[in-house]
Amino acid sequence: MLAKRIIPCLDIKDGQTVKGVNFVNIRSVGDPVELGAEYSRLGADELVFLDITASHEGRKTFKDLVRRIAENISIPFTVGGGIHEIGDVDALLCAGADKVSINSAAIKNPDLISEVAKGFGSQVCTVAIDAKLDESGEWTCYLNGGRVATDKKLFAWAKEAQERGAGEILFTSMNHDGVKQGFANDALRVLSESLSIPVIASGGAGKMEHFKDVFTEGKADAALAASIFHFHEIAIPDLKKYLRDEGIPMRIV
Amino acid sequence: MKVVIIKYNAGNIFSVDYALRRLGVEATISGDADIIKSADKVIFPGVGEAETTMNYLREHGLDNVIKNLTQPTLGICIGMQLLCKSSEEGGIVECLGIFDEVVKKFVPNESIIKVPHMGWNTVTADPSSPLFKNLINDPYFYYVHSYHATVGKDTIATTDYINQYSAALHKDNFYAVQFHPEKSGKVGEQLLKNFLEL
Repeated sequence: MLAKRIIPCLDIKDGQTVKGVNFVNIRSVGDPVELGAEYSRLGADELVFLDITASHEGRKTFKDLVRRIAENISIPFTVGGGIHEIGDVDALLCAGADKVSINSAAIKNPDLISEVAKGFGSQVCTVAIDAKLDESGEWTCYLNGGRVATDKKLFAWAKEAQERGAGEILFTSMNHDGVKQGFANDALRVLSESLSIPVIASGGAGKMEHFKDVFTEGKADAALAASIFHFHEIAIPDLKKYLRDEGIPMRIV
Repeated sequence: MKVVIIKYNAGNIFSVDYALRRLGVEATISGDADIIKSADKVIFPGVGEAETTMNYLREHGLDNVIKNLTQPTLGICIGMQLLCKSSEEGGIVECLGIFDEVVKKFVPNESIIKVPHMGWNTVTADPSSPLFKNLINDPYFYYVHSYHATVGKDTIATTDYINQYSAALHKDNFYAVQFHPEKSGKVGEQLLKNFLEL
């Protein structure tokens, strides 16, 4: 049976992990390769590395990092952040990334999704969507890490992304992100049932039950989280055993 | 031991090279017939589309090179599909025909609507197959694919997704897996090690 996936997300700045990550087993917690390898050893099913570097120099560092990740880590990984055009995608895939995650650039230029899918296959093309539930009850998509509202609505945009060739949707609820009260399960269920591509849930994980809910109520195919893993609030082996005991198909290493 | 990874117009062949390096093996990546023929072990990997990749193999004479290999050869993902008789991808594409199986598209049903089949799924293998030795029962391997090979006499492992299909095939010196051992963590490393020890 196809397992539900647990995906830690690492933010990278100038080639180093950010957020005060604290791990006892690894020498350099700032090194994304070592941290990624540790998550892989603990049973993470995939990894996401998001480049939050603004400078051109930092971008080059990120590409070198992607190569080192590909050389050293034996599970699939997605990279995102700073992808503006097809050339950026080409460079990251050539460096060894399995998938790329496109966010703002896809909203600004939806043709980019089609170009990536046509050039490299849908399986490499994850479209990330940051959306917020507004007072009128609609989910509005945001640009630039949630700073700029757009006229795109979550469900219509996700559907369009699929039709253009996205292989996966990574949906972050801005209402739930950082609050640790659970994922946006109602919206996730609608998304998952209306799309024929996998949906990764992001934003809201606080305790193990939230992961159970996102898979059962939210019908998500995968769940992504950052700080609760980085700060040891939840250990991946414990989480996966708990979910397996709750009847959710899990790969246990 | 000389290991050659066949270079052609498919993506993702470098991750196989990285995986072999993690096992201490320096492989040669080549599309040259003589280099491929001289290898002790050949790996035919890749992610791609059947018609485009078959056309490329024919244009470069690699179809006959691959068919006539006598050393242990491992097809991965599209490599496995191209070793089958034919593929539905891109019409009906005649493939290399090492295995009698045909490659079909997943047709979503009422309970499973998601295609491609993406993620970790269990593989039920023939316990006597040397390719799957030293692995736990029903290990999880990483998959990304929209087409699958049917089950037949050369099937040595199966996976269920929408329907049961061949997760691995074996005939004479040819082995093939639909999943990505190079992306399947420890179990994937063990499978690659098993292949290198054949």
